[in-house]
Amino acid sequence: MGNNGMTEFRWHGRGGQGVKMACLLLAEVACLQGKFVQGFPEYGPERMGAPITAYDRISDKRSSIHSFIYYPDYVIVVDETLLDSVDVTGGLKEGGAVIINTVRSPEEVRPKLRGWQGKVCTLDARRISEEILGQNFPNVPMLAAAVKVSAVLQEEGFLTDMEKAFHHKFANKPQVIEANMATLKKSLEEVQVG
Amino acid sequence: MSMPLSGNEAIAHAIKQINPDVMGAFPITPSTEITEYVANFVANGEINTEFVPVESEHSSMSVCIAAQAAGARAVSATSSCGLALMYEMLYVAASCRLPITLACVNRALSGPININHDYSDSMGARDTGWIQLYAENNQEAYDNFIMAMPIGESPTVRLPVMTCMDGFITSHSVENIDLLDTETVQQFVGEFTPEHYLLKKENPLAVGPYDISAYYMEHKVQEAEAMKAAKAIILEVSARFEKISGRSYGLFEEYRMEDAELALVLIGSTAGTAKAAIDNLREEGVKAGLVKIRVFRPFPGEELARALSKIKAVAVMDKSEGFSGNGGPLFAETRSALYDLKERPHMINIVYGLGGRDVRIEDVGKLFERLAAIAASGETGPVYTHMGQRSREETK
Repeated sequence: MGNNGMTEFRWHGRGGQGVKMACLLLAEVACLQGKFVQGFPEYGPERMGAPITAYDRISDKRSSIHSFIYYPDYVIVVDETLLDSVDVTGGLKEGGAVIINTVRSPEEVRPKLRGWQGKVCTLDARRISEEILGQNFPNVPMLAAAVKVSAVLQEEGFLTDMEKAFHHKFANKPQVIEANMATLKKSLEEVQVG
Repeated sequence: MSMPLSGNEAIAHAIKQINPDVMGAFPITPSTEITEYVANFVANGEINTEFVPVESEHSSMSVCIAAQAAGARAVSATSSCGLALMYEMLYVAASCRLPITLACVNRALSGPININHDYSDSMGARDTGWIQLYAENNQEAYDNFIMAMPIGESPTVRLPVMTCMDGFITSHSVENIDLLDTETVQQFVGEFTPEHYLLKKENPLAVGPYDISAYYMEHKVQEAEAMKAAKAIILEVSARFEKISGRSYGLFEEYRMEDAELALVLIGSTAGTAKAAIDNLREEGVKAGLVKIRVFRPFPGEELARALSKIKAVAVMDKSEGFSGNGGPLFAETRSALYDLKERPHMINIVYGLGGRDVRIEDVGKLFERLAAIAASGETGPVYTHMGQRSREETK
């Protein structure tokens, strides 16, 4: 938990991986869970594959701050290849955690983290997504991982409201909702904390 | 009920609730989503607005002018270069006294081309005769849009209204918002019943004809009088809005100003970040406060002079350059407004945040340190400076 009961998340991913969607879904679901939220991607020249950053603030009191997040409680890395080019743990609070989409274990991936001493969590989001959704959409698994590790929301309420959010998001293709829900549940179980 | 919506979704929702007669539509980042959402509402039969997609913003504003002159209610949404392309028609709308409502999602003007936030677009349009309301967040953007029509359509005003919000920072950020129910909104906004309009057969009239020197000045003075009269109407409409929403609005918001010695004057979302910085400074015993401008046109000069009269040092923050060589537009207005005070605060101008350059709590803290030094020494120092830009060496 950050200052004044506020939890701040920073997402790192690449254009096309659904990072913006995951960031906004987290805000939407937390709001439905009675929290005050801000979910906002950093916008610029949008290109498929380019590094992108997105942010969430979740708190019990309304936050008026409208700057980017420089000292997050949690960092979510949706694309492991970014570890080579981006200092993902820059500014990450000591008691926080970095959550990485990788086939590797926390111990295996830690040497890539430029001296980060704190908690490292991993999830093989690609495998889960490909097994259940049939395609590589790592954003929904990583959203589940962020909720699990941060405990910012209760799992049961999170799942109930995610289903509502999916109905809103996928109003035109409701057939994908069930698989996305299964992806969430599987991801909640599989996160490794190290 | 608290809902998660982006600023653009909030404006689109307000348009849906109002169900205006006509929307002149041409997309431009970051306001495009508003137009897209409304197109969906129309296609789904949720509203019966005449949605008129055109080939440019010059034409989308022309559509609004024609519709409003015919006695209909017209809205549009735009940003940046789109607003610049409307420039000629903005003057026509105001001088024809047509209370059109325009959602301006602020974005830097080219060049260099940039999609992020500053106020160079709407500040460039500050002399067009439009009322300008600015919002700190999605809630204020929604509320301002709902108040725009009762303000602009008031018989003593009859001017178009531009409701501004920060591009991306507000337009694309999902935050909690409290929405009014549609019936309440419709009752509040009411019916548009202009006294004169093109299609009134009892009194046919021409709109926008040539005006000779013998009359042009009288018409311009009437327009100026209408802008002055708008101040009281904005306060009346805001008081009426408070009754339906519980949310209070004035010409500007004063934050921790009761006993403040150092203060900022600024617009938009940065005020939120500055409030958090001020709360921190107050805990350290610094008497810091801020004034957030909501209404830039008409400019609340007398009221602002009163609010700042007891302050020792003020920083006016402009999120647009202005290129006057003498400070940004908010600074020019604010410093001029304080000229008649017997004792004036020290005042500096900070141009900041251009093209979306982020503003942090620490930046605001440093600014208050500078104000404290000015207040202690009595020396204003450099009056017009920029904040957050790197040096030539740093950018190599």
